[in-house]
Amino acid sequence: MSLFADPFAPLGAILIAVGLAGLVGGPDLIRRLIGFNVAGSGLFLLFGALSGRMRGEPLPTGPDPVPQAMIITGIVVALAATALGVGLARRLETDERPDE
Amino acid sequence: MNELALAILLPTAAALLAIAMGPRARLLAAPVAALSLLIAIRIALDVPAELVLGGFAPPLGIRLRADGMAAAFLLMAALSGGAAALFALSWYGDGAERREPYAFWPLFHSANAAVLAMFLLDDLFSLYVALELVTVAGVGLVLLSGTPAALGAATRYLLFALGGSLAYLVGTALVFAAHGTLDIGLLKGALGPTPGMVVAAAAITLGLLVKSALVPFHVWLPPAHSAAPAPASAILSALVVKGSAYLLLRLWFELFPSLGLEGVLLMLGLLGSAGVLWASALAFRQQHLKRLIAYSTVAQLGYLLLALPLAGGSGPAQPWSAGAWSGAMFQALSHGLAKAAMFLSAGAMMRAAATDRIDALDGIGTALPIASFAFALAALSIMGLPPSGGFLAKYLLLTASFASGQWWWAIPLLGGGLLAAAYVFRPVERLMRPRPADQPPLKPVPRAMEIWPMILALLSIALGLLSLPLFELLQIGNPRAAVEGLG
Repeated sequence: MSLFADPFAPLGAILIAVGLAGLVGGPDLIRRLIGFNVAGSGLFLLFGALSGRMRGEPLPTGPDPVPQAMIITGIVVALAATALGVGLARRLETDERPDE
Repeated sequence: MNELALAILLPTAAALLAIAMGPRARLLAAPVAALSLLIAIRIALDVPAELVLGGFAPPLGIRLRADGMAAAFLLMAALSGGAAALFALSWYGDGAERREPYAFWPLFHSANAAVLAMFLLDDLFSLYVALELVTVAGVGLVLLSGTPAALGAATRYLLFALGGSLAYLVGTALVFAAHGTLDIGLLKGALGPTPGMVVAAAAITLGLLVKSALVPFHVWLPPAHSAAPAPASAILSALVVKGSAYLLLRLWFELFPSLGLEGVLLMLGLLGSAGVLWASALAFRQQHLKRLIAYSTVAQLGYLLLALPLAGGSGPAQPWSAGAWSGAMFQALSHGLAKAAMFLSAGAMMRAAATDRIDALDGIGTALPIASFAFALAALSIMGLPPSGGFLAKYLLLTASFASGQWWWAIPLLGGGLLAAAYVFRPVERLMRPRPADQPPLKPVPRAMEIWPMILALLSIALGLLSLPLFELLQIGNPRAAVEGLG
């Protein structure tokens, strides 16, 4: 349990669970996309919290910057995927109500 | 410039140029196809090769690595992708400025670039980025026709793929937390059987299973691949799902053997068998040709998971475990060629009949003899009949299963072949019938559209005939677990 001595990692795990519940449960596309984003935020939080330690001990020279770069990349990728999803949602909405 | 970097840069540059060139993007297709084939051949001759990007060695930087397995998949990608691109030149033949071809070319080249990146990259996080790129390009390809069916299929594809990426990234985060690096070369053998690593392996496997449409996460594939236009379906089935399946096999044979997960091997083998039998049965019930071919993709990908239990075990299994791994490689490679051939010939048939309903295919055998022959030849490989590459793959897996004493895997192997014969028979039988008078006449189809599926189908047969050079290529740099077995 020493890997989880600070609160951010378990919080990240809880967010991932909540987000996955939204992604899988739905019922509509926007809620699934929000769930995906919540899970993504939880994942990046987990990643960041875990990177501050190595095998349970805090790193002697401070937090590792490499995973921070990975988190930023992940945020950008998730943003692009969410944008694609939102575009799809808008198109589905327009198709359902063509007269609006 | 190093050929590994060039292999990825060429389709990326083509994608960007295609956006800029608009309706003239079709001019890029032939040169890019020819160049990627040349680069793939060059890499296959130079293998093993490695390129450290920017001079920053791992664990700080990332690295491109080509061993025999990567080179073989690169060749398959160049061949299927090239043929699909040249087919698409005739498919979008008139060169008029319309939305669909304008969007097709950049998406096609991006999907190609992302899949090639997946074959060559060597660390888990860059592979995540490549996986996402493949997903975005793939969703775009499914959306091309803009019909409500395509929109629904693309939405489902996107959601499944996003779930898969999340799972994969969870596993990656756990691996990084424990080891401080994500480079596959540095992690080999370093993953110990701790609970954290077992969860990481489970999460990564789950993510890749979803992305490769393996049962029970296969539901997104048939609507998506059948809604896309024919050249897009060809590379979706041949390359896009193959990338994550390749990664699954690579990680299981290179990173996860030290985790001691024999029970999981059996479960994954059962999932693969269930996929083969279930998807083949569903394929048999389809009324539309492209959806039948898409279910066939799900079934054929299930064979890949059978390599995991067959390469495992000890004792009599050990000398044959090279057979199971090579069998899975041949299966993936020949399926890539044969499935692209099937989708391209189905595209030619759809152009002639204006529909892809199987009961409207009467008479196409006489109208489009080359495309029909290509379809039937590709079906030979799917069924696993000699002398095709598919036969060699299933034969290697069968001998591995009997030699290791795990004879029960022969049931999905042989049963899958029988079911494949059954579901392929229906469209092929229809093609041979004369066209009844009450059906609308067939439209003419340019010969070029028939030639490309024929070339691919002949290549998938050649894979079985000229298999020894390919077998030797695959053994270069192969993971130790491929020879000694997992677990």
